[in-house]
Amino acid sequence: MRKRSLIPILYILFLLLPIYWLVAMSFKTTQEILGGFSLFPQTFTLENYRVIFTDPTWYWGYINSIIYVSLNTVISVCVALPAAYAFSRYRFLGDKQLFFWLLTNRMAPAAVFALPFFQLYSSVGMFDTHLAVALAHCLFNIPLAVWILEGFMGGVPKELDETAYVDGYSFPRFFVTIFLPTIKAGVGVAAFFCFMFSWVELLLAKTLTAVEAKPIAATMTKTASSAGYELGLLAAAGTLTIIPGAIVIYFVRNYIAKGFALGRV
Amino acid sequence: MKTENQRAWFFVLPVLLLVAFNALIPIMTVVNYSVQETFGNNVFFWQGLDWFEQILRSERFHAALGRQFMFTGLILAIEIPLGIIVALSMPRKGFWVPVCLVTMALPMLIPWNVVGSMWNIFTLPNIGLLGYFMNDVLGINYDMTQQPVSAWVTIVIMDVWHWTSLVVLLSYAGLVSIPDAYYQAAKIDGASPWKVFRYIQLPKMKTVLTIAVLLRFMDSFNIYTEPFVLTGGGPGNSTTLLSIDLVKIALGQFDLGPAAAMSLIYFAITLLVSWLFYTLMTKDDAQ
Repeated sequence: MRKRSLIPILYILFLLLPIYWLVAMSFKTTQEILGGFSLFPQTFTLENYRVIFTDPTWYWGYINSIIYVSLNTVISVCVALPAAYAFSRYRFLGDKQLFFWLLTNRMAPAAVFALPFFQLYSSVGMFDTHLAVALAHCLFNIPLAVWILEGFMGGVPKELDETAYVDGYSFPRFFVTIFLPTIKAGVGVAAFFCFMFSWVELLLAKTLTAVEAKPIAATMTKTASSAGYELGLLAAAGTLTIIPGAIVIYFVRNYIAKGFALGRV
Repeated sequence: MKTENQRAWFFVLPVLLLVAFNALIPIMTVVNYSVQETFGNNVFFWQGLDWFEQILRSERFHAALGRQFMFTGLILAIEIPLGIIVALSMPRKGFWVPVCLVTMALPMLIPWNVVGSMWNIFTLPNIGLLGYFMNDVLGINYDMTQQPVSAWVTIVIMDVWHWTSLVVLLSYAGLVSIPDAYYQAAKIDGASPWKVFRYIQLPKMKTVLTIAVLLRFMDSFNIYTEPFVLTGGGPGNSTTLLSIDLVKIALGQFDLGPAAAMSLIYFAITLLVSWLFYTLMTKDDAQ
């Protein structure tokens, strides 16, 4: 038994090492980082974090990211809910083809879409808005949300719907007061995945923004190239980007494994 | 049984409109560029399929495609078995399960460019933890800005670090769904651990492993941000994968025609290989 638990322990150590290094770097001064190797910060400093929390170009990066990620999560889940219900309950003309077409969008390389997205959102006057990024991320998040929700809804017996109709429920009332609470784990998992993929994506977010809605990740790349070699600052900014993900993942920890299987096991 | 209901289309309509707006218009823009030549000022000339021919014959595209297949092949060959092994040895219940799941999922929630920066800081020779360990403790000459081999090892390890957990979590979800009775029956029959794996666990994990292989194929085939931040495609062109090359052509040289043709070929290859994987892995179910 002991030998068996060695593998996950080693694996987790491997996962945590680079993260530890990032966090350790963020508490070091630039001189110490460039001065040579040290396993622990010798002169512990919060200066890097102070810079981020007092400079608007830095902290607005975080606010921008959180705004468009939340917008995207809400839009994706809201439109995916009725669609997933239709796919799980009804047969209709072209349903299988439509489902497959939705999934192919998950396969499209983001690099392919960068330039056309820029032109499209510029031409409708939405360039550099939070909504533009939120809508662009729908390209891969909506198919994923539909896929996950359809899996969870498929696990709910149809009798539930029928009983409710017999009891005189209208469809909207049934959907909101009975059906949604039944699949709330699925909604949580779908929202988690939308949050995750919108939070980590940078290529499209960077292409569609300039100043007003610039994501934190873009602020970081800019700092990395312009301000010389401010590794400590970069590490602090990186450390802060891990926190929202960690918080979200804590809330859905019991559903993660199931969500990764898209409710289809 | 599902009931036939054409009005279900109304439920799907919002999704259809949003995804079509995001997918069809940009793809048609790309198709437009791929058959035309432009010298700026929005003046276009019909070019036919010349760009496609040029890309399909170009050494540069073949090289990038070769590197891409090598990268994705390595990723699948390492991450899938490693993920299964870790999932098999994880505890099934108790306090440690959520702890394992949360820490394992952590790398996947870090923005992709931060992953690149993080590994950059981690591997810097002499001042990064890994760089210091390799150069100053083991005495191996390791510098990914200079040596193609180091750069390759680094991007592969980075991706293993980043995405193996996806395979672990998927396989784990498959494993916990196996009822205890199966294991008891195997124990009575005196089945070896290998036989338990081969005839009980592996078949039960098949669905989720199909999803894992597909997702890992698509995402590693389309990878851009992490290697771009870490190596920028270098040293030389040694880690210039397809997406990196595409962005170089489209935004670096502004050769929109060839870039568009390359995008379509790229997308077609992704679709074709995904479809092949899917058909091969679900073939037995149909019989």
